Amino acid sequence: MKFASQSVAKPYFMFALALFAGQILFGLIMGLQYVVGDFLFPAIPFNVARMVHTNLLIVWLLFGFMGAAYYLIPEEADTELYSPKLAWILFWVFAAAGTLTILGYLLVPYAGLAHMTGNDLLPTMGREFLEQPTITKIGIVVVALGFLFNIGMTVLKGRKTVINTILITGLIGLAVMFLFSFYNPSNLILDKYFWWWVVHLWVEGVWELIMGSILAFVLIKTTGVDREVIEKWLYVIIGMALITGILGTGHHYYWIGAPEYWQWVGSIFSAFEPLPFFAMTLFAFNMVNRRRREHPNRAAMLWAMGTGVMAFLGAGVWGFLHTLAPVNYYTHGTQITAAHGHMAFYGAYAMIVLTIISYAMPQLRGQGEATSRKAQVVEMWGFWLMTISMVFITLFLTGAGILQVWLQRLPESSAALNFMAAQDQVAIFYWLREITGVVFLIGLICYFTSFAIKGKDDSAEQNA
Amino acid sequence: MADFFTKGAARNIYYGGSVFFILVFLGLTLNTVQQLPKRDHRENITESVEKGKLLWEENNCIGCHTLLGEGAYFAPELGNVFYRRGGGDSASFHAFLQGWMAAQPIPVEGRRKMPQFNLSEEQVKNLADFLEWTAKVNTEKWPPNIEG
Repeated sequence: MKFASQSVAKPYFMFALALFAGQILFGLIMGLQYVVGDFLFPAIPFNVARMVHTNLLIVWLLFGFMGAAYYLIPEEADTELYSPKLAWILFWVFAAAGTLTILGYLLVPYAGLAHMTGNDLLPTMGREFLEQPTITKIGIVVVALGFLFNIGMTVLKGRKTVINTILITGLIGLAVMFLFSFYNPSNLILDKYFWWWVVHLWVEGVWELIMGSILAFVLIKTTGVDREVIEKWLYVIIGMALITGILGTGHHYYWIGAPEYWQWVGSIFSAFEPLPFFAMTLFAFNMVNRRRREHPNRAAMLWAMGTGVMAFLGAGVWGFLHTLAPVNYYTHGTQITAAHGHMAFYGAYAMIVLTIISYAMPQLRGQGEATSRKAQVVEMWGFWLMTISMVFITLFLTGAGILQVWLQRLPESSAALNFMAAQDQVAIFYWLREITGVVFLIGLICYFTSFAIKGKDDSAEQNA
Repeated sequence: MADFFTKGAARNIYYGGSVFFILVFLGLTLNTVQQLPKRDHRENITESVEKGKLLWEENNCIGCHTLLGEGAYFAPELGNVFYRRGGGDSASFHAFLQGWMAAQPIPVEGRRKMPQFNLSEEQVKNLADFLEWTAKVNTEKWPPNIEG
């Protein structure tokens, strides 16, 4: 750690990890409700559990991105953060708003929450992933503006590198696209069309800029490869991401009322969306192979290589599986979508945040460049348990999805099973997914345990 | 990567490609917005349909159901429920939905549960009107069959 102000990243990372744990617990609740339908009903109905699960994901990733920015922007800009105090204030504002919102979901019926927060004045609630009360959304915008101001001023007074320029571009894009969450016309079709400007243009657009720049930063630090080489790769990756991803939005416009030509535009461009993720995998492995130093933090390098591979599999391969319009006609809105969503979010965004946390935390906690060998081994157990579980969760959901399409979607109307009957037929896959989810939780516990193992970087002694 | 492919070239592809495709995307969006009135029969968005959409949102229906394939995958697709449960007839669909909403949660042990939302008769009517309007949008013949 070069600058004292980087330490403000620490609370962001810690809070992100706490929310991650909450996300997994609610995922297990939902997973069980898939097969034991009345589990925790009416205390926590499925829709509430799902809203908590997905909103915790979004919020912990945002905390992770902000922590990453507070950590790497000063180092890249080669100057102290403009205002660590502002970063601390915004941390508490965002943490309080996030906690209150989640408590609101859990303690008040959703319609009650909508009335309490005046949703009828500016209705923005009740749309997938954007369930937050309007007041929370406004809070997110305020926090994002303060955050962008803080890191923007830091870059302005310091060195402008490709990495911090692209990171800021991605973060500004994130804030700008979020503004579309306030546009909720009474025409459902227009609502859906622009809802994707938040959701798709986040995860298959600007978030890839954020992911690419964090990955590039960690690779520069851990491999010692020349910055020029890394920056060229970064431009190639994000160039491909935006060239394929912007028109790739079309793969959401096939069946929601938009014109037919989106079936062509969406199919063609989104077919190439795996490319940037494939390039990220090549990038990570190439840089590690060409490393000029042996960085003691092996766990961080494992996360960095893992995120490339898992993002390629989850976002790339599993995305491609159902992105072509003739295939999507049958798979749209089935468990295939859920399978893709799980591995893509874990592989690309959960893992990139865990990568920067793995790299930065030992330094933020004063343990040197890495934790002790023993702590790293436990962390890597966490990596493998969570990652392999996620592969199997995805495979089981894919099995459920294929069977669901076969029973419910492919037959003629008279022969097709209805939704609930098809769900009963695929229950075995849901049980297997739930068991695998428990293994994921064990991996998460391993991961958390690694933070409790004391000791500093001892690789030098071990190598001696 | 060879010397002829410099960082500058990569940067130009990123900037040039992004700007170009953003412009194409905006152009296609403009065209879509112009074509939508022919596809979404917006002339039939009555006050009741609008209220129905707000009820749909304020009860977080999307947290379990899909609507035109988007949402959660825990409960049936409702984009075509007007045809599935109402046979395409307003009066029968309204009657069905009033009965259905009143019967929740269905007391079968282990079955997935739909909460009781305590909607008034008028509110259920709004919801039915919203779902009927949605069912009549041109969705390129999706879903493939009546089961959604």
